[in-house]
Amino acid sequence: MIDIIQSFFRDLAETYPKWNFIFFYEPAQWERVVSGLYVTIKLSVVCVILSVIIGIAGAWAQGSPSRIIRWVVQSYIQFFRNTPPLIQLLFFYFALGQFTPTVTGPDGWTEQPIISNVGWAIISLSFFAGAFNVEIFRSGIEAVPNSTLEAAESLGFTRAQTYTNVTFPLALRVSLPALNNNLINLVKTTTQAIAIAVPELLYEMVSIWNDYSSAQNAAMTVLFFTYIALVGILAFGMHKWEKRLLVPGFGKAS
Amino acid sequence: MAHSFNQRTDLPVILEPKFKAPDALGFSRWLVGMPPWALPAVAVLMMLWPIAGHAQAVYSAEKIIDIMLKWLPLLLTKGFLMNVVISFFTMLFGTIAGLFLGLGRVSENGAVRSISWLTVQLFRNSPWLVLLFIVMLTLPFEIRIGGTYIPVPDWMKAVFGLSLPVMANIAEIVRGAIQSVPSAQWEAAQSLAFSRRQIMWQIILPQCFKRMIPPWMNWYAIMTMATPLVSLLGVTELVTLSRQAMEAEGNNPSLLMPFFGFALLIFFIYCYPIARFTLRLESKFALKG
Amino acid sequence: MPASTTTEQTWTQDQPIVSIKDVRKSFGTFEVLKGVSMDIMKGEVICIIGPSGSGKSTLIRCINALNDIQAGSITIEGQEVHDADLDKLALRKKVGMVFQQYNLFPHKTALENVMMAPLKVLKQPKEEVEKRARTLIKKVRLEGKENSYPGELSGGQQQRVAIARSLAMDPDVMLFDEVTAALDPETVKEVLLTIKELAADGMTCILVTHEMAFAREVADQIYFTDKGVIVEHGAPDVFFENASDPRTKEFLGQIL
Ligand SMILES: Nc1ncnc2c1ncn2[C@@H]1O[C@H](COP(=O)(O)OP(=O)(O)OP(=O)(O)O)[C@@H](O)[C@H]1O
Ligand SMILES: [Mg+2]
Repeated sequence: MIDIIQSFFRDLAETYPKWNFIFFYEPAQWERVVSGLYVTIKLSVVCVILSVIIGIAGAWAQGSPSRIIRWVVQSYIQFFRNTPPLIQLLFFYFALGQFTPTVTGPDGWTEQPIISNVGWAIISLSFFAGAFNVEIFRSGIEAVPNSTLEAAESLGFTRAQTYTNVTFPLALRVSLPALNNNLINLVKTTTQAIAIAVPELLYEMVSIWNDYSSAQNAAMTVLFFTYIALVGILAFGMHKWEKRLLVPGFGKAS
Repeated sequence: MAHSFNQRTDLPVILEPKFKAPDALGFSRWLVGMPPWALPAVAVLMMLWPIAGHAQAVYSAEKIIDIMLKWLPLLLTKGFLMNVVISFFTMLFGTIAGLFLGLGRVSENGAVRSISWLTVQLFRNSPWLVLLFIVMLTLPFEIRIGGTYIPVPDWMKAVFGLSLPVMANIAEIVRGAIQSVPSAQWEAAQSLAFSRRQIMWQIILPQCFKRMIPPWMNWYAIMTMATPLVSLLGVTELVTLSRQAMEAEGNNPSLLMPFFGFALLIFFIYCYPIARFTLRLESKFALKG
Repeated sequence: MPASTTTEQTWTQDQPIVSIKDVRKSFGTFEVLKGVSMDIMKGEVICIIGPSGSGKSTLIRCINALNDIQAGSITIEGQEVHDADLDKLALRKKVGMVFQQYNLFPHKTALENVMMAPLKVLKQPKEEVEKRARTLIKKVRLEGKENSYPGELSGGQQQRVAIARSLAMDPDVMLFDEVTAALDPETVKEVLLTIKELAADGMTCILVTHEMAFAREVADQIYFTDKGVIVEHGAPDVFFENASDPRTKEFLGQIL
């Protein structure tokens, strides 16, 4: 099977030299694509999880009685929402990166910063998407009427029990459509990690076509549709989840 | 994107959420929600931090200020101005293409509708950077019109690359606005024997024009924030120039904060009034209906 | 339960189960309750009526400690409600409350709404809670609606789920704040019937209502409030036939 595919693309490259899908028949190039895809997925998954955690924690902190905490959360949101993510990434990696301590690398003699470029990409992108998530969750929480919470209180729920059993499940349902958009945007934004040489999919594809200029068209096509597919899968999954959480009486009119 | 809340029940089960999804006016609202001093304060802090924190290998405060002042005119005229130029042209092309694509989304012709839908989905859901790379590398460096060759500068190619996602998003704004006009308007115009094209251009579009302006301006701000991406493809703009300037000044780490801080600041200064204006317009239109 | 058992022991059935003494309550500088007193015996059903804004809801919310008070005292089974170190949970167990807007949890089915508090708050075993919840649903005549979400139920049905939800905590006193005000006339009957049955079972009920015929039928005592004070109170027949205060007469004149 694999042989057939490989020889098909090898033949294709011979007949149409501009359509050299080199990564479909040369294992070394294939591995580059796979590792790029793996990094992209890893980056996306980790950032999605972290940004959601940041969003929930931030929304919770915004309800804090302390003005200082609210101010800190507010400043964080403002900063990340209102500046280009690319510059944030550069700022984190280059400007803040210079202050991180170094450790001895695995080879035993080079010094490496404890936060790698992948680490900085994760931090930067998570905080970027997290800033939006705070807002999304906060507005979800605000959409839960006080009277419903009062009903919980009158049934003897503590503040924490009310939050986990009533406020959060309802706020989540309200927030999902906006969260959906933001997470999709986050996956798209992971491409910008190329700016600090994170070997994700775009980076690998660009290096492939830099190495083999005949592979340019092929690599671009695959790149384009891979991202469409990734975003599509995420959108599909989120949509499924949204539907599962859908309860009659509110949310999208069915 | 307003979530329609079920009307079947009269319970105040859930209040309408105030948050507008990122592709509505969320961005402008945010920019405006920010106290005007917030970002300048952060930027000043960032410029001072390396001076305070990193004693050796650091230029003195005066030296940093000297360097910044020296580069400032160039960063503005050759750098940020380029971001603005790119954003203008991108918005121009994106809007025109988006208008027609949006009309295609509501076309009577099923094939046109499907193709427009597919186009919108493809360009809305792919990363801006991927589109930029593809367009930058596939567009020729000059176009032949008749017998003359017209060179296409890099920044112009970048404009085309950025126009694609803008186009797809504008198309959605146009479609939403058209569909928000009550169908009674269509019927009334039809009964007056207007053709479909006449109804669209003379009756429907003028009505929803106002409605489109705030989200349109919101997208302008979002897209302006994306213009630094073109630096990754070697187009000269603010970030490209900042990095070149730092190189020219010996790549001293203490310059990183001031230069990137300045870049963040300048974007804020530019986008903040736009966001204010967008929200003013929106509330004005909301009042008048 | 760490509740002060000593006070509970001193309370006996022949003392008022709810005792309100000279309660004052202000929102900011605006005094809503200006010294309200009433005693309710176990098994009694009392109705509070009065013009809008006279403080009926506020009073009932104070009984449940949803609002705090500035002066006076409210005791339930001899236990002070507005005591800083009161065990809130013990109070909530004793007092159930039903709201005008039902306030069901929209993401839970009728059965789950009823089961939630005993499960999460009292941490009772699931099988037992479910059995009791099904009985309660039957009691409020909603058999077959166990798995419907609030959004799929009519207002009257939702209100009855809300009553069952409160009953699931096995309270000694039930508070009803205009529970039929948001319902259309048809469904009002179902809910009133449920309350009537509850009263007949011997539940102590404090109701705020605008349904005068119902109040007359079900109440042992009627209290009339106006501008934060209790103007007068009495048994329904006496109250409706021979109201003495001009304010009461005027109000009844408008309503009846
Ligand atoms: N949380 C609050 N903050 C400030 N004022 C309040 C608050 N709750 C109630 N009030 C005021 O207290 C007064 C009494 O309100 P309350 O809800 O107890 O009246 P009510 O007798 O239940 O009226 P209705 O029959 O309309 O329900 C009103 O004037 C109201 O405006
Ligand atoms: Mg009331």
